[in-house]
Amino acid sequence: MKKLGQQISIHHGNGGVQTKALIEDLFIHFFENEFLENQSDSAVLPVTGKNIAFTTDSFVVDPIFFPGGNIGSLAICGTLNDLAVSGSNPLYLSVGFIIEEGFKISYLERIVRSMAKEANQAGVKIVTGDTKVVNSGKCDKVFINTSGIGLIEEKHVSISSGIRVKPGDKILLNGPPGEHGMAIMQARGIFNFKSNLKSDCVSLFPLINEILKVSDGISFLRDATRGGVATVVNEIARKCKVGVEIDETCLPVNPDVRVMCEILGFDQLYIANEGKVIVVVDASDAYHVLNSMRKIKTGRTTEIIGEISSDHKGKVVLRTKSGGKRILDELIGDQLPRIC
Amino acid sequence: MKAGDFPFVDEYRDEKSVKKIARQIKDISKKRINLMEVCGGHTMAIHKNGLQDFLPENITLLSGPGCPVCVSSQRFVDHAIAIGRFPEIILTTYGDLIRVPGSVSSLEKEKGKGIEIRIVYSVLEALEIAKANKKKKVVFLGIGFETTAPASAATIIQAEMQKIHNFFLLSAHKVMPPALETLAKEDTQIDGFIAPGHVSAITGYGIYRKLSDVYGKAVVISGFEPLDILQSVLMLVKQIESKLFKVENEYTRVVRPEGNLKAQTLLNRVFTPENAEWRGLGWVPESGLSVSDEFSAFDATRHFLVSLPKQEYPKGCSCGEILTGKKKPSDCKLFSVVCTPINPIGACMVSSEGTCSIFYNYKA
Repeated sequence: MKKLGQQISIHHGNGGVQTKALIEDLFIHFFENEFLENQSDSAVLPVTGKNIAFTTDSFVVDPIFFPGGNIGSLAICGTLNDLAVSGSNPLYLSVGFIIEEGFKISYLERIVRSMAKEANQAGVKIVTGDTKVVNSGKCDKVFINTSGIGLIEEKHVSISSGIRVKPGDKILLNGPPGEHGMAIMQARGIFNFKSNLKSDCVSLFPLINEILKVSDGISFLRDATRGGVATVVNEIARKCKVGVEIDETCLPVNPDVRVMCEILGFDQLYIANEGKVIVVVDASDAYHVLNSMRKIKTGRTTEIIGEISSDHKGKVVLRTKSGGKRILDELIGDQLPRIC
Repeated sequence: MKAGDFPFVDEYRDEKSVKKIARQIKDISKKRINLMEVCGGHTMAIHKNGLQDFLPENITLLSGPGCPVCVSSQRFVDHAIAIGRFPEIILTTYGDLIRVPGSVSSLEKEKGKGIEIRIVYSVLEALEIAKANKKKKVVFLGIGFETTAPASAATIIQAEMQKIHNFFLLSAHKVMPPALETLAKEDTQIDGFIAPGHVSAITGYGIYRKLSDVYGKAVVISGFEPLDILQSVLMLVKQIESKLFKVENEYTRVVRPEGNLKAQTLLNRVFTPENAEWRGLGWVPESGLSVSDEFSAFDATRHFLVSLPKQEYPKGCSCGEILTGKKKPSDCKLFSVVCTPINPIGACMVSSEGTCSIFYNYKA
């Protein structure tokens, strides 16, 4: 890595010798595979089967390093999860970097290492990429875009559309919501909270793979990222023209997230996650899926949090801990701490 | 205790206890009554927990003027914008305020046009910004009642001790008693007040005596959990049914009769009462807090001399009636049609503690 120097200069993006060094000594070095090594304009990929899932996402998180992950692991897991919840088996990824002049090479290496680790663990290859360096102040340290391709078996094609969702189906969540959003907030140092809270940033493919293996009754899957669990269940209600009922007493809870939310007046159901999936499953299969999920690390604290109903179509009703009921609507604007 | 349990919170959300109190309320409540929850935090707790489900039909809850953002006048927003246009200014504010419409613009719109505005979570953060930007003048837009005003006061004292001369406060801080008295005097439809818990933690009980003794209103100081609020409703119903009006304290785990004497001393030292404009209530005598002469060097009003645009109020907006409990948001013809959280016309739709925003979000 010595050849690269200490920090990114504008020349690392000019297409010349330094760009080549960055690509070969850092990116190809860690992302190593036969497609990338070709260094052609496009990766030429062998694909069999009829249905391809294709997704893209950009990552601009601040801070770039946070408890439980960094912008690199997030960029890989985020796109893998989008592929996995579509019912596909992720195969190939592309990576685009936009780097601010002056960014430390050692930081970039840390990011690239964790990207390679996540990709390897998931058995996917990073087959093409791009790097741009922009003048200081034109971007914030580093932005990453990842796109991904996965293959979907015919029987799983309808999962992302939700057309099989019906009244009576149970809704499962694989653990406490809000860990990523609150870990980031804590890492920003705004509120001076001290806790061991970590982002839940993780690849959900092993868990989702297991769910699809053990049950043919899965009617919908979605990872609850920005906007949180509340946003996903609202999407189900609107998209599938059904009612959704969530029971607050059944929600898995992370005590640190809960305390921070109580103090700030936030609702954990609206806070971002990077390792949580909402599973909608036929009632007859619900406990079987629940038990299978609990056997996998990322699903150990799965709970059935609610069900699909034929009442109040298009709306989500939350049964509160106190026994009252209220509408759980989509988030408008950002959650702000209460001031008194 | 299980992981995720929260002592002093969970007990107050317990379904069995909530239902028990709800039954007691139903048993003794005979009259058709209106109770006003003064604080936006109470309105929020009522709707977030679905507490209306537990109240009998004859009890109506009205939302009061206790949301700091909502009662901030247009004039205050205009004043902040005018100061923001001076050279080398950084305006600092709590988040909600930037979306509140002024006469012709909002802080959010002005931010897009180049005024430097930073959102802070505490007034002390604004002081840190002043320390880090010695060549600029940092103005904190102080809103809120007896709850947030002591923090502003303490920060001014810090600024003086640390000799930070580029920090200023534009105060729209307000105090509750004169506003409540105005409501009690003008409005006979309110039978009792669910009095604000956190304001009372600073002020103590005394400020409400006039409401019960002179105006014959039931008053109970309440906490913010479901059980607190229902217990307070029960105490209010008992007072009203027996016609024995007094000031009672349900929030005993936080509120002391004398209040927080240290905070009161701070308030008295740094602020002087003045007439203040409340959105919805108009000008209320002695209900505002302006920076006292002793600390005039930190007073943005005195430091930046501005002329303000003519006040024009949005046509059809019922914020005034809503803040005084005369109307519900659904009675306003703009509500959810042209006035939404994305495009708020009145301040009540902006803050998460604003009545219209709460009714919109929880579809009350």
